Amino acid sequence: MTPLVAVAFLSGCATGPNANPRDPLEPLNRGVYRFNDAVDRGLVKPVATAYREGLPSPVRTGVTNFFANLQDAWSGVNNALQLKPQATVESFLRFGVNTVFGLVGLLDIATDMRIERHTEDFGQTLGYWGMGAGPYLVLPLLGPSTLRDTAALPVDAHGNLVNQASDVPTRNSATALHLLDRRARLLDASNMLDQVALDPYTFTRDAFLQRRRNVVFDGNPPDEPEDLIPDPSAR
Amino acid sequence: MKRRIGIKSLLVAALVSLVGWGGAALAADEAPDALIKRLTKEALDTIEADKAVQAGDVERIMTLLDQKVMPYLNFQRMTSSAVGPAWRQATPDQRRRLETEFKTLLVRTYAGAMSQAKNLTFEIRPLRASPEDKEVIVRTLVKGRGDPVQLDYRLEKTPGEGAGWKIYNLNVLGVWLVDTYRSQFSQEINAKGIDGLIATLSERNKANAAGSAPAPKG
Repeated sequence: MTPLVAVAFLSGCATGPNANPRDPLEPLNRGVYRFNDAVDRGLVKPVATAYREGLPSPVRTGVTNFFANLQDAWSGVNNALQLKPQATVESFLRFGVNTVFGLVGLLDIATDMRIERHTEDFGQTLGYWGMGAGPYLVLPLLGPSTLRDTAALPVDAHGNLVNQASDVPTRNSATALHLLDRRARLLDASNMLDQVALDPYTFTRDAFLQRRRNVVFDGNPPDEPEDLIPDPSAR
Repeated sequence: MKRRIGIKSLLVAALVSLVGWGGAALAADEAPDALIKRLTKEALDTIEADKAVQAGDVERIMTLLDQKVMPYLNFQRMTSSAVGPAWRQATPDQRRRLETEFKTLLVRTYAGAMSQAKNLTFEIRPLRASPEDKEVIVRTLVKGRGDPVQLDYRLEKTPGEGAGWKIYNLNVLGVWLVDTYRSQFSQEINAKGIDGLIATLSERNKANAAGSAPAPKG
């Protein structure tokens, strides 16, 4: 319970004059973060831990590969929307190779063939065409996002081939498995977060916003004024 | 004649001992990407060879870090930029303690990840910098299982010090380390002052050392 109490205390003191300009909804976001954290600690994390400990690594890798393969197809569409011919071709090539030769994507043959992965979603496509990220948002159950990425979510959901399955139970199980796989892969990172972060909410936010900006610019974001850190030790 | 030989062998002995102490003492200023390449290779070789490092032995990693990496790191700049404007008001003693605690926090954090850092390769991406640049970014990709990991370094020119360049920030997967601590540090300082931040860091380090995942402290 202590983390929750601590975070609750922090949310009290983090508003006001010290509010972060990229996070105007901080009090609301902290509330949702607290809720997500409680659900995670109480339910999602234990299930993900059991999943990781109960299933052999090749099976889990197969699950990861399967969903990554579906994402490759959607990345292909988004790379096309961003007019990146090579990344478009490679994404669809990956999807084709892994679907046909990799047992519907369970095996990642394309990576062994050194066909590079170019993950892109619709939020990145909007960013590529100049739409700013907007305020930081923490979504219930889904976690960190921005206004732009949240607006892009319905499109991404539509582009997710899992949601093209007509059978509702199949679709729901697949989505649950996808989220479980993702959470299980983040177990080490989230355990680390408890050690490195002085305030997990702020740490997650600042890392997430930087990371999103980085992927929108394909790893080469232009310097922000605040990136050019003034050296306070310099005289 | 005799005397000249004496000086020559002395010089050779001095050279050998210098090399023995580490190429750093001898090497002239390196290009920034060459420096990163050398450090990364040394680090990966050490992780590959050293059982204590693989096991996440914090003492051992700290010793190696002090020997091999710290000479090429402007850790004071890293700490001061994470602390922000309050650094100016900090006393020399507070600054020293901030540096120590911040360093311990980072080392403990990454020590745990060492066991996973096996069989890695890396590539240095082409450097885009002109010779007169005082600060450059060196971009690398670390490859293991799974997707390659983007690892970038910001370096500042330090003629005659280190290898002529020192690292003052690093970027994992697009996230700059120093920047990620800035808001958290300023939250602590605003609430409890510089000594409050030092106390929080020190508590966190003690809790991490005890091995239990600590509760985040407000």
